[in-house]
Amino acid sequence: MSRAPNETWKLGAAALAARVRDGRVSVTDAVESGWVGPASMWEHDVNAVAHHDAEVRREAAAGASGQGPLAGVPVLVKDNLCTVEYPTTCASRILAGYRAPYDATVIRRLREAGAVIVGKGNMDEFAMGSSNEYSAYGPTRNPFDLSRVPGGSSGGPAAAVAYGLVPVALGSDTGGSVRQPASFCGVYGLKPTYGRLSRYGLVAFGSSLDQVGIFARHARDVAVTYAVLAGEDGYDATTRLGPAPDVSTFAAGVKGLRFGWPANLWAQGVDAAIVAALERSAIALERAGAVRVVLDFLPGTYGVAAYYLVATAEASSNLARFDGVRYGFRHEEAADVRAMYTRTRSEGFGPEVQRRILLGTYALSSGYYDAYYLKAQRARTRIRREFQSAFAQCDFMLLPAAPSLAFKVGEKTDDPLAMYLSDVFTIGANLAGIPGLTVPAGRTSENLPVGVQMLGPEDSEPNLLRAARALEVGGDVALLSTDEDPEFVWPTKR
Amino acid sequence: MAYEAVIGLECHIQLKTRTKMFCGCEVEFGRPANWNTCPVCLGLPGALPRTNITAIAYALRLGLALGCDIRHESVFARKNYFYPDMPKNYQVTQYDLPLCEHGTLPVVVEGESRTFELMRIHCEEDAGKSFHPERVGDRRISRLEFNRAGTPLLELVTEPVLRTPAECAAFLTQLRKLVRALGISDGDMEKGQLRCDANVSLRPVGQSALGVKTEIKNLNSIKGVEKGVTAEIDRQRRELESGARIVQATLLYDADHDKLAIMRTKESAHDYRYFPEPDLPVLRVTDADLDAARAALPELPWVREARFVSQYGLPPYDAAVLGDSRELADYYEACARGGDAKLASNWIMTEVLRVRNDRGWPLEKWAEQVPAPRMRAFLDKVAAKELPGPVAKQVFAWMADEAGSVDELLALHGIQVQGSAEDLRPLVLQVLDENPGPVAQYLAGKTITIGYLTGAVMKKSGGQAVPQVVQQLLAEELARRG
Ligand SMILES: [Zn+2]
Repeated sequence: MSRAPNETWKLGAAALAARVRDGRVSVTDAVESGWVGPASMWEHDVNAVAHHDAEVRREAAAGASGQGPLAGVPVLVKDNLCTVEYPTTCASRILAGYRAPYDATVIRRLREAGAVIVGKGNMDEFAMGSSNEYSAYGPTRNPFDLSRVPGGSSGGPAAAVAYGLVPVALGSDTGGSVRQPASFCGVYGLKPTYGRLSRYGLVAFGSSLDQVGIFARHARDVAVTYAVLAGEDGYDATTRLGPAPDVSTFAAGVKGLRFGWPANLWAQGVDAAIVAALERSAIALERAGAVRVVLDFLPGTYGVAAYYLVATAEASSNLARFDGVRYGFRHEEAADVRAMYTRTRSEGFGPEVQRRILLGTYALSSGYYDAYYLKAQRARTRIRREFQSAFAQCDFMLLPAAPSLAFKVGEKTDDPLAMYLSDVFTIGANLAGIPGLTVPAGRTSENLPVGVQMLGPEDSEPNLLRAARALEVGGDVALLSTDEDPEFVWPTKR
Repeated sequence: MAYEAVIGLECHIQLKTRTKMFCGCEVEFGRPANWNTCPVCLGLPGALPRTNITAIAYALRLGLALGCDIRHESVFARKNYFYPDMPKNYQVTQYDLPLCEHGTLPVVVEGESRTFELMRIHCEEDAGKSFHPERVGDRRISRLEFNRAGTPLLELVTEPVLRTPAECAAFLTQLRKLVRALGISDGDMEKGQLRCDANVSLRPVGQSALGVKTEIKNLNSIKGVEKGVTAEIDRQRRELESGARIVQATLLYDADHDKLAIMRTKESAHDYRYFPEPDLPVLRVTDADLDAARAALPELPWVREARFVSQYGLPPYDAAVLGDSRELADYYEACARGGDAKLASNWIMTEVLRVRNDRGWPLEKWAEQVPAPRMRAFLDKVAAKELPGPVAKQVFAWMADEAGSVDELLALHGIQVQGSAEDLRPLVLQVLDENPGPVAQYLAGKTITIGYLTGAVMKKSGGQAVPQVVQQLLAEELARRG
């Protein structure tokens, strides 16, 4: 079945790349489709893009090979991934105008796979936030309801995939920053196993927690992109050695797989629409032949505390380099270097980043290190073990990605602690280094997307993607291996 | 009251690896400012470190040479503090789990053999350099230069076991000799390849508890260490004797003015907020790594020097001079083995080292011009008394600039050594008898006439005699007649 050229923007990444490879669609048409089509009407209201440049984009398209698994696929990447042709500012004033002299490893691999980087996605400053409201470029809005947040911190890339600007986008996930906005925006969002994707060129927030993540509208596109990006990198000593797990089996179905059902986790405090979506998803998985294993799994109430200690401690050190000395913003009115540091950092960083730097500095201070950082690392070891024993009973588990649906802009900015607590379902994967995948699970009667999350043990991406594909076809095994993607649906009427 | 000083040294050894500690930039001098840099050593956003395994191998070499306990799993840590020439505002170093611990360095101090205990050795990265301040128009600016940033360093910390400035100097001299012998550093303090901070405290003689210590930084020569430590011991003694207390502080030593200045006191001390470097995995050292490092160990300098004494019969002083560098010791052995070892020692210690000092030649340059086999052939001729003393010196001087064997050089310069000096003596006596005038003048003090007499002998010999030998014989015979 062929589509009219003006519907190119609706295609998924794999479908688009196939058309580019066999010459049905030119790279330029593929890359421009989101910008010239109806999707372009959304960007003004959504504000998903922090940097783009039509000329750079066209040049990149003209120079692309038109070959490879992502041939001609336009990709928006979060503004904390280094790219030579666009600024890399982490949506922070302190990096105003900064251009990296090198491409992140994941960017290089995207280009080698034929993809074209079309711009940088809006985000919470330095990936610190869950709502995309802490951005130097202004908040990103949820395309399903412009009065609501898209989630964060990778809100820009998530929203852009949702409204159809690009079929694939990259984010980063330190405590849920890919999986939570994926659930708020109704797209797939994968945080791979720690060390599977290189962090080289990802501006660090919490080094032991950060992973580059993938947004897409189809399970297949997540699998294709993961296969392009995953693997050892000599530039990142924390990447896992050896070949990445093979995700080409994503359409193999879930027959015989056991999925954990830790219903105690959502006994209270979770939106009823999410609980209902979890039940629908479980039934669909069972219909496809998976087995539900009821788990009593409580990965400790100390998870949020441990996470915020480790993440802020590492961040306080990682962000020390932004001092006005060598690049980015510098406060010019300072009598000496100490004053220059203070004024540059006080004006260059936003309030949430400053809060976390102070918290992390405190946690590492002499006299407090044992009580905070060391204890948090012990809690982390325990959480890892709790996940291990849970995964002795199942191949992956189903759980919420967030306790709520997309909330209103401004609803939580005055209460940082409430914002931190909303990460409760996602931070475990970062603390334990395991993969997590958010899968769209329909919309509420108010047209808000609902997502569910799956977590698996290290290197279980193939199983997570098999489950995602099974859910994509509603558990109907007959549809598993159809190449045709489901029709694109607009977030709202415009 | 009599006081005793307690001194601990903290030495930084710049490794001569080809590339930096955590990136692929070359470590080389003389490049334009900020040439040897990349996103990693400039601390650009998103860049990550990767460990230079050669630097680790060098650290293992030093650790094994000093008999340290080597940790099979050690941990890199971040030391956090702000300084403009430190690109990330943290230094990647090691903290509570260093690569090497304990061990000792054997040192001879004023003729006496001692061993000094070490606390630890670990790997870390160097900072860049600041140049300040400079006036540009109405602004004062500082320049930053990052070619050095990320250069591999080993930090070696002693226990507080040194007592005198002389011990500090001997310790550093021996350490420098060791790192050079191991081939891991050039150890040149003037170039910052070997740096030293000293912790100094005083306590009443007989007391075992340590006094309050101060740290002296910026000691950039062995003399400087000796003088800086002396100055600080004197300062602390004066304070204590006047009834004052020592305040824990960091001092800077100004070698030009032999003065100490307080940089900061304990109240303003840094809290470095150490924590394990999350960008690097645990540093694992396998038995195979240790075997490889052990195989790369040369004969240690102090072992070699002892062998020079026992095997070649050298005095300990000669052994120490020749053992100063591996190259010199190798050169010596190549010249000495199987020949006249003492003669080789004399010639190398006096003449070769003189050329080195006079001409500023490094030993490699000398060894290139006069490789050991050439030197050995020369020494063999001297030993066989085929070259009279003065001729030998002349030939040695030619060798430094000209190619050719000893015989070729003699031929080239028209000198034929015919038999021994004794064969010339009759000619000398004959000339003296034939020239009573110049002889009388010489004996009256006009010694310049020896030139005329030499010429006369040369003429009689048909130009075959060596002028230096003739002159020596004439001087002997004239002295006899005086
Ligand atoms: Zn470098």
